[in-house]
Amino acid sequence: MTPVYLDYNATAPLLPEAAKAMISLANLPANPSSIHQFGRAARSQMDRARHQLADALAVSVHELIFTSGGTEANNLVLGNYRHILTSAIEHDAVLAACPDAHIIEVDKDGLIRLDQLEAALEALPDADRAKTLVSVMAANNETGVIQPIEAVADLCRAYNVACHSDMIQYLGKAPIDLNQMKLNFASFSAHKLGGPSGVGALYCRAGQQLVSLLRGGGQEQGRRAGTENLPGIIGFGAAVAAHDIANINVQASWRDAMEADIQKACPEIEVMGADAPRLANTSALYLPYLSAQKAVMLLDLAGFAVSAGAACSSGKVKDSHVITAMARGEAAANVIRISAGWQSTKAEWTGVAKAIIEIYKAQH
Amino acid sequence: MAEDTTKLNSLGIAKPPAQTRVVVAMSGGVDSSVTAAMLVEEGYEVIGITMQLYDHGAAIAAKGACCAGADIHDARQVAGRLDIPHYVLDYESLFKQQVMDDFADSYLSGHTPIPCVRCNQTVKFKDLLGMARDLGADCLATGHYVRRDMLAGQPILRRGIDRDKDQSYFLFATTPDQLDFVRFPLGSLTKDATRALARKYELSVSDKPDSQDICFVPNGRYGDVVRKLRPGAIAPGLIKHIDGSTLGTHKGVIDYTIGQRRGLGIGGRKSEMGSENADNAPLYVVAINASAHEVIVGPQTALACHEVYLKDMNWVRRSDGQGGANTLEGRKVLVKLRNTAPATKARLTAKAGETGEICLQLEAPEFGIATGQAGVIYDGEDESLMLGGGWISKAPTQADSLI
Repeated sequence: MTPVYLDYNATAPLLPEAAKAMISLANLPANPSSIHQFGRAARSQMDRARHQLADALAVSVHELIFTSGGTEANNLVLGNYRHILTSAIEHDAVLAACPDAHIIEVDKDGLIRLDQLEAALEALPDADRAKTLVSVMAANNETGVIQPIEAVADLCRAYNVACHSDMIQYLGKAPIDLNQMKLNFASFSAHKLGGPSGVGALYCRAGQQLVSLLRGGGQEQGRRAGTENLPGIIGFGAAVAAHDIANINVQASWRDAMEADIQKACPEIEVMGADAPRLANTSALYLPYLSAQKAVMLLDLAGFAVSAGAACSSGKVKDSHVITAMARGEAAANVIRISAGWQSTKAEWTGVAKAIIEIYKAQH
Repeated sequence: MAEDTTKLNSLGIAKPPAQTRVVVAMSGGVDSSVTAAMLVEEGYEVIGITMQLYDHGAAIAAKGACCAGADIHDARQVAGRLDIPHYVLDYESLFKQQVMDDFADSYLSGHTPIPCVRCNQTVKFKDLLGMARDLGADCLATGHYVRRDMLAGQPILRRGIDRDKDQSYFLFATTPDQLDFVRFPLGSLTKDATRALARKYELSVSDKPDSQDICFVPNGRYGDVVRKLRPGAIAPGLIKHIDGSTLGTHKGVIDYTIGQRRGLGIGGRKSEMGSENADNAPLYVVAINASAHEVIVGPQTALACHEVYLKDMNWVRRSDGQGGANTLEGRKVLVKLRNTAPATKARLTAKAGETGEICLQLEAPEFGIATGQAGVIYDGEDESLMLGGGWISKAPTQADSLI
């Protein structure tokens, strides 16, 4: 049996358009800073990719800074602020980058407590406001729960503090119009939607001050030193341009059918964040009495690649801080995540539903 | 064709290797890596599992170090080379409860624990073995140097062919149920042969040094680990000579073990006592009185032990011990009283009325027997055959009257 890949929130397979664009560059010496014709060619390729991303996000090309990935984009903006307010369910690329942050809780559905955020903003001394950043993810990587980012941004504006959103999981799974949103910053990563890994971007609203964390050359308007990863950037641009967001609504109906099948067969299996708006491609299932670690191993051996919350780089599965933050500590080691994308088919969703039901029934 | 289905494969299972699922406990060392590689070569469906047992970064006290040690990454690399599924299981809290806590408490009570046996008994052969069953495995293979064999239709344990590497001592507590399911493919190899195989399979770990210490005490400083696990439970006390004189002080009985000679923290007796009668014979720890926080030292003769009592006996050779302890009376056996000591001749006597406890009369006295260690019994004639073992509960010496 061909293995089935349903772990798109970890990384998505490379889109053919992205691969093609990158290969076209393979034989060119391409440093966009060089002044000769090769450099100019590289520069125009990079500009094109920047336009592709800018179009997708409805921003100006001057507002985009290419980075080595989502983690760097998050670190870059967080490193520019002294005081951070963030949610309890952020990715480690945010939480570990601001260990002294003030943490805002989420409710049982996994949505940020806006009342707590407002209270924290209210309590800020006026002198600190200019050095304060609120950072809230647009969609959670484990549950797919979509956060009320507009409301967060409105609060930030009302209290005169900057607002950042980690939109790494959101990009490609829901439409984004940054022109309409009142965000100051947003982070993106190419490989979550079918671009290459090792490249990302930070949106930095026009007029917003930002200092490079890396010391070196003046690339990216002095906001990110280091020769640009041109093949990666071109792959990113091509992936964003080729990505078909219409496909995502189809995924949602297949995802819902999978959840219905599973809950019909095993009523005790619970969908985490089911009462909140969710990304169309993500399903987080709580399997009582079956550890997520074991479930992922059994599914892997059965040919289905899914994941268990947060995995350490060693491969060890940790209890999910996201599920714990939803006041569901008892479930933190028992939630598996199924996440689909551009190559996923209906048969794969029904196949994984069947496999989960079989494994769950056999194991408890 | 009908014959093929009943033919036993090299792991003693009546299936072709390709249909036999084997979980290999992969530590990242040479032995378990070769175990996995051998089974892959024989065509088994091999799944590698590495147990995360403790926070490696904390154990080596390196700030910012990953919770997973280099060993876990080595295991992943080997699994990648062999192209087998590999998983890392988080057994940190189980290991803490079932192995490390016992280790600390045992030292605090003046005993010398063997955490490796506890680990085999609990985390490895209960939890990991249970996981292997849940994954539909037919058996669990480890890289121990011990042989699992069949005798009169029952699985038994024999010492590894390589007597220097033999690890049967650490496996005396293996229950019949566990023994049915575990396999030790390296038991008939020497360490040199294992290393040669590692090179043949081009495993990155082929030149990796053998581990010497207890895994969670990488620098060998047991006392530091106990202090961290049981802060405040450690009290200083006196170092006394067996003759009643005080020779010095110590920072905690956990730093001492019966039979220890080096690092006692006291000078030569002659200068201490300033007496012409004082002898120059080396001093050993001969007793530890944990409740009085006293370490008692004396000459080697004070360590002489003629009989040893074992509790919580586990009979690996099932037919032995089954007819009640009385059938053992007078039986001649060999006993290993610590892993590094050779097996010594002894006679078994069962204490009437005390189930589970047995007594061994040693043919020649042994020195430095520590309670908390294991006594592992082998057949008197069929020397490699393990009969069973237990925990040393008493090892009476001349020094015992002092505590």
